[in-house]
Amino acid sequence: MDVNEVLLPGVGLRYEFTTQAGERIGVVAQRTGDFEVVGYLADDRDEGRPLFRLNEEEAEALAQILGAPRIAERFADLTREVPGLSSEPVKVAPGSPYADRPLGHTRARTCTGASVVAIVRGADVIASPGPEQVLRAADVLVVVGTREGIDGVKRILRG
Amino acid sequence: MHVSVALLLELGLILAVLGIVGSLARRVALSPIPLYLLAGLSLGEGGVLPIPAAGQFVQIGASIGIVLLLLALGLEFSLAEFTASMRHHLPSAGVDLLVNAVPGAVAGRLLGLDGVGVLALAGVTYISSSGIIARLLSDLRRLGNRETPSVLSVLVLEDFAMAAYLPVLAVLAAGRAWWQAIVGALVAVGAVLAAFALAARWGHHLGRIVAHPDNEQLMLRMLGLTMIVAALAEYVHASAAVGAFLVGLTLTGRTADRARAVIAPLRDLFAAVFFIAIGLSVAPVMLVPVLPAALALAAVTALTKMFTGRYAASRDGVGRRGRARAGAALIARGEFSIVIVGLAGARLPVLAPLVTAYVFALAVVGPLIARFTAARPRTRPFDQPHGT
Repeated sequence: MDVNEVLLPGVGLRYEFTTQAGERIGVVAQRTGDFEVVGYLADDRDEGRPLFRLNEEEAEALAQILGAPRIAERFADLTREVPGLSSEPVKVAPGSPYADRPLGHTRARTCTGASVVAIVRGADVIASPGPEQVLRAADVLVVVGTREGIDGVKRILRG
Repeated sequence: MHVSVALLLELGLILAVLGIVGSLARRVALSPIPLYLLAGLSLGEGGVLPIPAAGQFVQIGASIGIVLLLLALGLEFSLAEFTASMRHHLPSAGVDLLVNAVPGAVAGRLLGLDGVGVLALAGVTYISSSGIIARLLSDLRRLGNRETPSVLSVLVLEDFAMAAYLPVLAVLAAGRAWWQAIVGALVAVGAVLAAFALAARWGHHLGRIVAHPDNEQLMLRMLGLTMIVAALAEYVHASAAVGAFLVGLTLTGRTADRARAVIAPLRDLFAAVFFIAIGLSVAPVMLVPVLPAALALAAVTALTKMFTGRYAASRDGVGRRGRARAGAALIARGEFSIVIVGLAGARLPVLAPLVTAYVFALAVVGPLIARFTAARPRTRPFDQPHGT
């Protein structure tokens, strides 16, 4: 999917994309933190029809609703830009010895140097989990570290 | 401490009236600027309601208002936006300057103004109101439209032109020789470039001087620095407003975002006082003789701005209706036309009433024309309530 970015001097940025269903959507991200979402009709591509307006908090909530399942992939995108550092979603398999045990018990960071920066549990995201955070089967851990470190975490979780 | 009952009462009444008329203006999506001018006109000598006690505060407040207006303009500015606008819209900026400044200059000549007056009036008709127009586009919910980037680019380039223009005007209006004006202009343009370089290289260091997690601290440091620089600029005849603009330019990123938010209410208050002061400096009877000239100039330059907008939008490949919308959006003149009078009006008694009437006309009519130009046809099912 191509997202087109248009600079709006003094106001902010506008992102535009076409959905798979063929609808063209525009999102105006204002400097004030407000968002304006518009739709373009097929017969007039110049004029956006206002759909809704969001303040910073509402936009955040919407982003979480829409983005939660994808958060692991987004972390991966972020770390791709830092050489030497990578990130990967690591799943806690149902048979893992650490299912239903606190994260600290894995001693993942001490042993591998890689960090668990988030736990994705269904639609929820637990950001920067502490060592006391109990892992569940089917959790997805977002691990950031070196290639070897991440592989180490995978091995530990497998048992 | 002695509390002046008269001052508090007069000031309170003025602000309360501004609040009421301002909210009425907002309700119909009009700029409050003409109402502030009108309020100024109706006060003071020759007006219906003299304000002897608040007059002094208004005079002082106006100086602070002009400084805050320009500081806010500088804070709005980002080099990235300027260079992007420059790349796509340099021809639009040229057309804008030519077709809008020339009518003002010709009118100045016809009215028998001197060189400074001609230059000032050219600036008045050239500069659109970025404040009114940005707000208008947001209110009309046209930020998502394809013509909007062209409109905003033209505004950014105008603002940059003002940075070079204001100091020249300020030096000339101070009655100095032409060569001093050239030196002043070079110094000013050099200062703008230096401010950009400073912002690009050491912006974060400079930001640290004023940045503070506490909003109160941020505001005090910002205002302190700005007023000191503004005073120094005024002292070397480069105009306080330009000094404030430079301070705004050098602050970037997160600090600029926060600074904008912190000074916005202060700027709105003192800018209102500034508009009142301009209105105060004009006796209502002086408006009558300049009215035909002001209205004729408004009509001509409304058309030239429409042409400018159409041209800029056509460069972005916008369709017919979008081009018309872009043209209409640019008509409004406002704060900076008044700033020009604030700089040059003192020695040209005809300028203040002329420009007041001119801005009054275009700040009211501009948004109205924009509103009804190429408005969405209301016939689509999209706009109808459910079930019909």
